[in-house]
Amino acid sequence: MISSGSEVAVELRGITKQFGSVLANAGVDLRVEPGTIQGLIGENGAGKSTAMKILYGLYRPDSGHILIRGQPQVWSSPRDAIAQGIGMVHQHFMLAGPYSALDNIILGAEGEGRGGRERRGSRVEGRGQPSGAMRREGAPDPRPPTLVRAWGILGRKHARERLEALAAQYRLSVDWEAPIEQLPVGIQQRVEILKLLYHRADVLILDEPTAVLTPQETNDLFANLKKLRDEGKTIIFVTHKLKEVMAFTDRVTVFRGGSVVGEALTSQTSPQELADLMVGRKVVLNVQAPPTQATGKAALEVEALVVSGTRGATHRVSNVTFSVRSGEIVGIAGVEGNGQSELLQALLHPREPQCRKAGRISITGMDVTQMTAREIRNLGVSLIPEDRLHEGLLPEWPLRDNFLLGLQHSAAFNRAGFICSSNLQAAAAKAVNEYDVRPANLALSAGNLSGGNQQKLIVAREFERRPKLLIAAQPTRGVDVGATEFIHRRIIKARDEGAGVLLVSSELEEIMALSDRILVMYEGRIAGEFAKGNFSESLLGLRMGGG
Amino acid sequence: MRRLAQSFLAVAFGLALGLSATWIAGENPWEVLKILARGAFGSRENIGMTLFYTTPLIFTGLSVAVAFQAGLFNVGAEGQLNLGALAAAAIGALLPGLGWPMAPLLASLAALAAGTVWGAIPGWLRARRGSHEVIVTIMLNFVAVGLSTYVALYVLKNPESQNPETRPIGLAYMIPRLGVFGDAPVSAALPLALLVAAIVWVFLRRTALGYELRAVGQSEPAARAAGIDATKMRILAMAIAGGLAGLVGVAEVLGNAGKFKVEFSPQYGFIGIAVALLGRNEPIGIVAAALLFGALHQGTRELDFSTEHITSEVSLVFQGLIILAVSAEPVTNWFRSKPRINTDEL
Amino acid sequence: MAMISQLLASTLRLSTPLIFAAMGGMLSERSGVINIALEGLMLMGALGAAVGTVATHSPWLGLLIGMGAGLAMAFIYALLVIPFRANQIVAGMAINMLALGLTPFLCKMLYGVTGSTPQISYPEQFHSAPLYLAWIVVGLCWYLMKFTPAGLWLGFAGEHPEALEAAGIPANRIRWLAVLASGVLAGAGGATLSTFLSSSFARNMAAGRGFMALAALIFGKWRPIPAALACVLFGFADAAQIQLQGVKFRGAEVPVQFIQILPYLVTILVLAGFVGRARAPKALGKHFSTANERE
Repeated sequence: MISSGSEVAVELRGITKQFGSVLANAGVDLRVEPGTIQGLIGENGAGKSTAMKILYGLYRPDSGHILIRGQPQVWSSPRDAIAQGIGMVHQHFMLAGPYSALDNIILGAEGEGRGGRERRGSRVEGRGQPSGAMRREGAPDPRPPTLVRAWGILGRKHARERLEALAAQYRLSVDWEAPIEQLPVGIQQRVEILKLLYHRADVLILDEPTAVLTPQETNDLFANLKKLRDEGKTIIFVTHKLKEVMAFTDRVTVFRGGSVVGEALTSQTSPQELADLMVGRKVVLNVQAPPTQATGKAALEVEALVVSGTRGATHRVSNVTFSVRSGEIVGIAGVEGNGQSELLQALLHPREPQCRKAGRISITGMDVTQMTAREIRNLGVSLIPEDRLHEGLLPEWPLRDNFLLGLQHSAAFNRAGFICSSNLQAAAAKAVNEYDVRPANLALSAGNLSGGNQQKLIVAREFERRPKLLIAAQPTRGVDVGATEFIHRRIIKARDEGAGVLLVSSELEEIMALSDRILVMYEGRIAGEFAKGNFSESLLGLRMGGG
Repeated sequence: MRRLAQSFLAVAFGLALGLSATWIAGENPWEVLKILARGAFGSRENIGMTLFYTTPLIFTGLSVAVAFQAGLFNVGAEGQLNLGALAAAAIGALLPGLGWPMAPLLASLAALAAGTVWGAIPGWLRARRGSHEVIVTIMLNFVAVGLSTYVALYVLKNPESQNPETRPIGLAYMIPRLGVFGDAPVSAALPLALLVAAIVWVFLRRTALGYELRAVGQSEPAARAAGIDATKMRILAMAIAGGLAGLVGVAEVLGNAGKFKVEFSPQYGFIGIAVALLGRNEPIGIVAAALLFGALHQGTRELDFSTEHITSEVSLVFQGLIILAVSAEPVTNWFRSKPRINTDEL
Repeated sequence: MAMISQLLASTLRLSTPLIFAAMGGMLSERSGVINIALEGLMLMGALGAAVGTVATHSPWLGLLIGMGAGLAMAFIYALLVIPFRANQIVAGMAINMLALGLTPFLCKMLYGVTGSTPQISYPEQFHSAPLYLAWIVVGLCWYLMKFTPAGLWLGFAGEHPEALEAAGIPANRIRWLAVLASGVLAGAGGATLSTFLSSSFARNMAAGRGFMALAALIFGKWRPIPAALACVLFGFADAAQIQLQGVKFRGAEVPVQFIQILPYLVTILVLAGFVGRARAPKALGKHFSTANERE
């Protein structure tokens, strides 16, 4: 759909990047025209961020080419990319808290010597034309002059003058001297954008810029980005939110599974079409849960739960109310980062203010808001945590000791404070066998197992409790097909034996296959609720993208 | 097995570097090694001296290791052992009428308690106030030395002596010496240290509490998700660590000097870090590493007498080099495996 | 009156080595590398300066050699903790032990005497120059951190090295330079021990001053001028303690130990947030790997 012949600001050709066993980018092709806002949309792990970090010089691609204004480039560090007018606002801001906005902006743009030498690799003879650059005509665009004054002093005053001019031009004013940590998140982001402008970037990459913003701040951001585009800047905007792509971009590229799967002019596509492309079909699922037979009393009730954001700017979970009855599976669908992790932390650590600001949680009819994690777990709560290696296992420890985690006080393995080794050995051996953890070597470190077998070990351990409430977060992420099927069957079995199951997953198909009810989380709220048989993939996809 | 081999390699590397230093100094390294071995193990008395130095190192090594198992760094064993020794000597000085076995028992408990309190302070500060335990324990070392010097000089001063030390404790307080080692002051504190090492092993490996403590050190998020109270475990670990270091007081005061002498410790607390590191934070390894460092310490004393160019401080050179060799272990790991990928970065 | 001016003069003299070492520690820690090794670096500097002065009869050349000795030790430290990724506390302790053992050993090798160097004759000693030099170094450090690009980079290396990397500046190179510079400064601090405060090197002559400099650095919240003032405060405690030693007050000796422990106590209070809050550089003690290495 890209019109040929027009000038291309940025082009990626066949970019491939492998991290360990994960192919993060598999031959990404991307063309971005100057003076446009290009949206990159896709789910977590689709490869958008990796591609952008490659374009910015943070990652070196395994193969493929980067072309800037038609010229092939090889970056050895972000410095080279910056010199070619590429700038990036990272998802996690690259700002140092105690330093002023001004210092954060000029970092890296100081120049190397007094009035003289320019930054490495960015200069040929003559007046500051970057090598290999064919800049837009009529835009006098030398590199920023060096800020190093006599006696090696950093010319902050000069920088400030230039910044104030920039701020006036784009109406992006900031308190220059305040420590950055005292500024609200929206202003911090503005500082990041000003940093790019100060570094004379023509191509501005923004990675999930709205994740931390309030709706008002988001609107301001988009107004500013449009202004920048109208001034001739090229903007690459990475997001998973359909609404934003539809409202603010000129073109959109869809990523899935490390590749580009579609491209369109925004005006000629629809949220539905994009959602279908984004979600696609990823896993072949063999298990379809039959509808629940009998549901009982509430296993989990959450009422008006609020979790405040770490920076205090936004609520990570706002006013969420739902319940899970015993004998049913409730699926929470949604793109990651929409409050699911925070919700899970609140369920387990409701006493800690950073985990729960307000709201009531009860489990099997008991109010747990003042209970410790141990007391909550002892009510019969089993957890398959979302970050297996980090929260679910002690990777350097043997299988046997991992099997004990959380069960160290249970009567079966604890005699007057001492671990009953023979019982543990027997139970672990039995469980490893029953849950088909391979290799079934109890002395092996858990970190040496494959993802699927690690997860089966966790499932084995957590089911040892005979759960009344099972919280399963991303239970089959990075797990092979066989183990996925096995784990799904176990979850259904737990439900059929009377457990309430809360299933949190960003895999839509998994949610659809297992859940008796589905809730969609979007920006910390429940954005939709669907009963079994009452939802379609594309409808859910639409809700997940805020549509 | 691989870890054992790595430890041996580190020791060999450190020794080789140290010996080459003696060679540069004009000694024959082979002769130096022979003198070292003779000094450490050449006679009953020498063996006794080696074991005498080994005893406190077992305590401090265990101290550092228990904290380390909970993910904390106890650089404060030096202060904890000073206060432990002071407490034991103070009981002896203040309750001279006490008989055996109450006397040594009470004094030992005092040593244990003083160390425990001194260890719990940085544990509490870390768990509740977020103060880094390394800096706090370093600072507390100096505070402990100051306090104990004050007590030795002004409160319990030994009127018979010009040295800064406390009044001698009664004979009833002294624990028996192991007779087979001649005049070497190796006492019942050595079997006590071995017993404590065994208890620590049982605690860490066989009790639910020890399991929880180690789990916190392995991965706080995983421990938290499993319902383990990380704050409590941290304070507990530092308190135990302090108590273990405090037991050095038993070996020194009840087994050897019969009083608290200011600066009696040739840096047992710091060498304990090396012992724990080399012993891989496991009680058996720690006993072995303590023996090695004890032998080095005793052996280099012999070097001082028998060679022209070498001072006894060279033991510190050996120890430093061994620690450096152990601490650079990531280099060997780097060759072994790539770090795991973090899906957040994708 | 004479006693007070003597006390003040003594304070300034005694704070000199602390100031050098604290400034060295500042550079290292602000760049994100914990420097427990200051004590060992000072010892190396003290020996180097004494040997250099004895050999060259110039305290200035001695100072230079002392700084070189600190640099050499700091090189080993940096090598271990930056590319080899050793635990900074373990490696720092090991450096201290190494220096504590190596210095008397080198003395014996060079002079055949255990643990000390020959006396430096009075005209060859420093008299007041290091005192001024220390404050010049404080000024330079303040200037570096506040006004120059290098200071900005250094601070970012310790605060948010990823941001530095994203701005195209290699964070580990900055850390290397900072640790080496800290060796030079701590070496200079050590040099003042053997050629300014006394007239020879003696075994373990740093006697905890490296740690006291570290305490002053934390007490000064990792900033050059407050840290230097903390050094003066601690120097004052030291001077008062020396002056009061053996002095009787109403028939009893003044217990100077309480003055001695004061610097460490106040540092703990600051660390615990009871007296203001000392915020360490965010990335202090954390190894940094580039985005590519992380994968």
